[in-house]
Amino acid sequence: MTELLRIEGLTITPVNAPERRLVNNVSLSLASGKTTCIVGESGSGKSLTALSVMGLLSRQLQRQQGRLIFQGQDIAGLGNDQLRQIRGRKIGMIFQEPMTSLNPVLTVGFQIGETLTVHLGLKKQALKDKVASLLEQVGIPASRADSYPDELSGGQRQRVMIAMSIACEPAMLIADEPTTALDVTVQAQILKLLDDLKTRLNMGMLFITHDFGVVADIADDVVVMFRGGIVESGPVAQVLENPQHPYTKALLACVPDAEGKKPLKPIDYAWLNESTVAA
Amino acid sequence: MSDLILTASHLNKSYRQRSGKFGFGSTLVKALDDVSVSLRAGSTLAVVGESGSGKSTLARCLLQLQPLDSGEVLFQGRDLAKLSGSELRQQRRHLQMVFQDPFASLNPRMRVGEIVGEGLLVHQLGNADERQQKVLHMLKRVGLAEEDIHKYPHQFSGGQRQRIGIARALVLEPKVVVCDEPVSALDVSIQAQILLLLKELQQEMNLSYLFISHDLRVVRHIADEVAVMHQGKVVEYGDINDIYQSPKEEYTRNLLKAIPGHKRQQYQSI
Repeated sequence: MTELLRIEGLTITPVNAPERRLVNNVSLSLASGKTTCIVGESGSGKSLTALSVMGLLSRQLQRQQGRLIFQGQDIAGLGNDQLRQIRGRKIGMIFQEPMTSLNPVLTVGFQIGETLTVHLGLKKQALKDKVASLLEQVGIPASRADSYPDELSGGQRQRVMIAMSIACEPAMLIADEPTTALDVTVQAQILKLLDDLKTRLNMGMLFITHDFGVVADIADDVVVMFRGGIVESGPVAQVLENPQHPYTKALLACVPDAEGKKPLKPIDYAWLNESTVAA
Repeated sequence: MSDLILTASHLNKSYRQRSGKFGFGSTLVKALDDVSVSLRAGSTLAVVGESGSGKSTLARCLLQLQPLDSGEVLFQGRDLAKLSGSELRQQRRHLQMVFQDPFASLNPRMRVGEIVGEGLLVHQLGNADERQQKVLHMLKRVGLAEEDIHKYPHQFSGGQRQRIGIARALVLEPKVVVCDEPVSALDVSIQAQILLLLKELQQEMNLSYLFISHDLRVVRHIADEVAVMHQGKVVEYGDINDIYQSPKEEYTRNLLKAIPGHKRQQYQSI
């Protein structure tokens, strides 16, 4: 088991307010062929952590400190030219909204092919064949390559996004809430597809979600984030079975269970403030 | 039965959809195909199904926001489909809706006080002072502060906006509330808060909910009865415990299987 990515002491702040730590001293690691889930509510810093790995932070934000070691190389200080060699080629990314992340005026085949041309220099028939095989890998008939995004359903669009992100067989895949906008049945299919692809391509997957149900189905390791910091991390069975931090317990208690036995308990933030200060 | 507050029988609704090259052709899509459901006073009926199954169309047709092709909707013994415009508007006071997207369903140019109080104004309930009092009371009840009455929707988070949407619907003291995926745009932690709020308000105000959702975990916690929809038809309908424990239809079983967290059961979590 080889370490693929290591984040050390990552801190992200707004450029004009360096004392506001949106991500505070976050460290985590990811191995090839494994899935690490970052779990947290909106505003916990989970998406910022993922975006900073890709060097995609907005200009108003800065990485104040921290190292991002990917395949043994610190990619934190790389310029745009070098990052472009990594993005899409070695690290693929899937976003939450399949509706807004595809270009509506280009066919999906073209959009998948773009990555292949840029990174691998594929053209003409070789390109067409590769696009067709990618579409089939994600469960879309190859004939849909000439379709436009609006002709596909939400689940199919997310499949196209997945095809784009794995086109160059990246070593790592970042998935930022890829199923939040989808129906449960489609969500189950997409999760299975991602899990299969991860195994087949031996990718490391950094999976961001707010839903512990999804975590249980897909994760090997879990990192729980709250207000920019990591409150708890460990193997999935350990975190779900025996959560240590009061926030993890509270977050688990507000996920409805399918049996309806467990009463719902919303997070009591006032109590949480006291207990985390005490801890 | 006398305790049925809303009864819909044999509803049909179809749309014409453009199809074929350049949309010159058209196909008929049956959004509702002979749908019959009924809602008991003070209880919750959940309508579940995937997108495109017709569940939102059902909600809109029940409230007469869209005309039906055929069928009748009885509310307290009256057929809503046959009412005239002004009679229907009077009944609307008792039939309110909470929408899915808390970002799109509140007018960004209106203050919270105006949004919540608009229904009272339209139905001319009480004088200005009484209306103000009702709005304030309702805002406090859903967990917002009195001074929020002067704020605009963009100053609130998603969960707070959904609270505004609930206050807007409930200030009229309706009998039936249709909730169209009220928590599916929210984080799980916020979702739990809103679900509990809806449950509390149901008991206090004796509300009947028609609760639309694709998330069977959520439905399990709020509903008394479930109607499972698929391609415009109700494929299974009954008591919530029966359907979750022994689903009869293949389609329902697949929906239940798709609930995330199956592996979690083997972790025996809290």
